Order: sequence, then structure tokens, then C-alpha cells
Amino acid sequence: MGYLRRIQYNCKQATFLIEKKMIRPLTFRELIELRIHLAGCSVCVLYSKQSRIINKMVQQLFYSTMPGEIKLDDSFKKELQDRIEEELNKN
Amino acid sequence: MSAESYLLNPHQWVYAHADYLFAYAIRRISNEEQAKDLVQETFLAALEKADRFEGKSSERTWLTAILKNKIIDVYRKKSSGLNRDVQEAEHEQQDFFEADGHWTPTHRPLEFGIEDVDHIVNKEFNDILQRCLQKLPALWMSVFTMKHIDDEDTAIICAELKVSPSNFWVIIHRSKLNLRACLQKNWR
Repeated sequence: MGYLRRIQYNCKQATFLIEKKMIRPLTFRELIELRIHLAGCSVCVLYSKQSRIINKMVQQLFYSTMPGEIKLDDSFKKELQDRIEEELNKN
Repeated sequence: MSAESYLLNPHQWVYAHADYLFAYAIRRISNEEQAKDLVQETFLAALEKADRFEGKSSERTWLTAILKNKIIDVYRKKSSGLNRDVQEAEHEQQDFFEADGHWTPTHRPLEFGIEDVDHIVNKEFNDILQRCLQKLPALWMSVFTMKHIDDEDTAIICAELKVSPSNFWVIIHRSKLNLRACLQKNWR
């Protein structure tokens, strides 16, 4: 298989480069390879789109502080503050 | 000391920060008991080093940094040893691609309803997303969140989690492959 064919077929490598690109700039060669691949592969174009959206959704999940959704129970909190006071009184 | 420097008020710690720290921990380690323990350990460790607090960052930022280190310790412990979870996760994606790297017909990405720019995220989707994240091996989850959530420097992540730079990229890639596949499978 020729060099070009190898790039065109290799979705595994293309998705690897897609992930890398979201974190740091690709080398010139990597960038060309990815462009060549994406020009002929609509599945990886879709992957790339989904991957970016998934990142946004994960960020949104982590940063959405929906009030009241994740909370400690009051008895645990009271014990915890008592414990802190106890430590403070030691000094 | 500048007038703008921050002060600590341990008498208000639980009231002011416990829920925040708990939410921070539980999203990263998905274990309620362990998350509670970490919150407690964070406060106690903070008391011990309160005299070294310089007031350059807010109380919450400072406490979160302490918690973050504790979470990294958990990740490290979880990912030392046999790493069965990594083997399982790798196994899961072994037939995503053909030998030449082409998507297999059964695993190629399809539109599954998140592609809309205006997609409104709802609780149901978040639950599935959370579950898919939890299925990632502990090491992958930590690499993924430290990079994509905390925007930590790659070299720092590699050093703290003891992964080589090449393995870092492999993990970033594999985490996303599994996460995307899990969402496609469960969100229809």
C-alpha cells in the first residue's frame, strides 16, 4: 500500500491526530496527513465534530454547579466542623 | 502584607466550602465514601499547614489545591498494580478498527443526536455521560480530566501520574474512543 493510501485508510491514526490537535498544534507533516485523510473520510469528519462537542459537554458537566444536586448531608457536615473546632482548640 | 491578601477562617470552612469540595471530588473519583473522606482529609491537612498560607489565593482555591493533590494520590494508587481496568478498556476497543486502521462497519461513528449546535443538554444525557466517564479506567479518567477539565500542563500531568509523553497521547486518544462509543451506544 502506498503512503497516500495508508493515510487515506487509517482512521485510527486520523482520530489520534484529531485528539492531539485539540491539545497542541500538530507538526506540519501531521497536519497535512490529517487534512488528506479528512478530505476523503466523512466518518472521521463526523468523529472530529462529535469529539469537540463531547469535550464541551464534559466541561459543562463538571462546571455546572446545579444547586442542590451534589451535597453532603447535614450530620456529616456538623461532625466535620466539630472535628475542625476540636483541632483548633488543641492549639 | 497587602490589604488584598486573603485570610483563612476555619470556623466557616464546612459551611462555605464542603459542598463545593465534595462535588469536585465526586466528579473525579465517583465514589461517595471516598469523596467524603477526601473532603475531611483536606480540611485536616489544611489546618496543619494553615501557618504556611500566604494569602495569595482565595481560601477556596487553596483548599481545592490540597484536595487536588489528594485526588492524584488516589489515582496513583488505583493505577498501580495490575491495571485490570485498563486491560478491559483496551479490550473494548480492539475491534473498533480493522488491521489497516479503517473503522469497522459495526463501530464507525454515526450521528446520534449531539451534533446539533443548539443541542440542549438535559439531565438524562448528563447521567449517561457521567456513567460513560465512570467506565473509564482510573488512570485514563485522571489524564482526561486533568487535561480537558483542569487544563493542566501536559508535562505536569505526565510527571504527576507517572506516564510517558507517548503514553499520554495514547490515553487521550483511547479515552475519547471509548467515551464516544459509550455515548453513541447509550444515547439514541
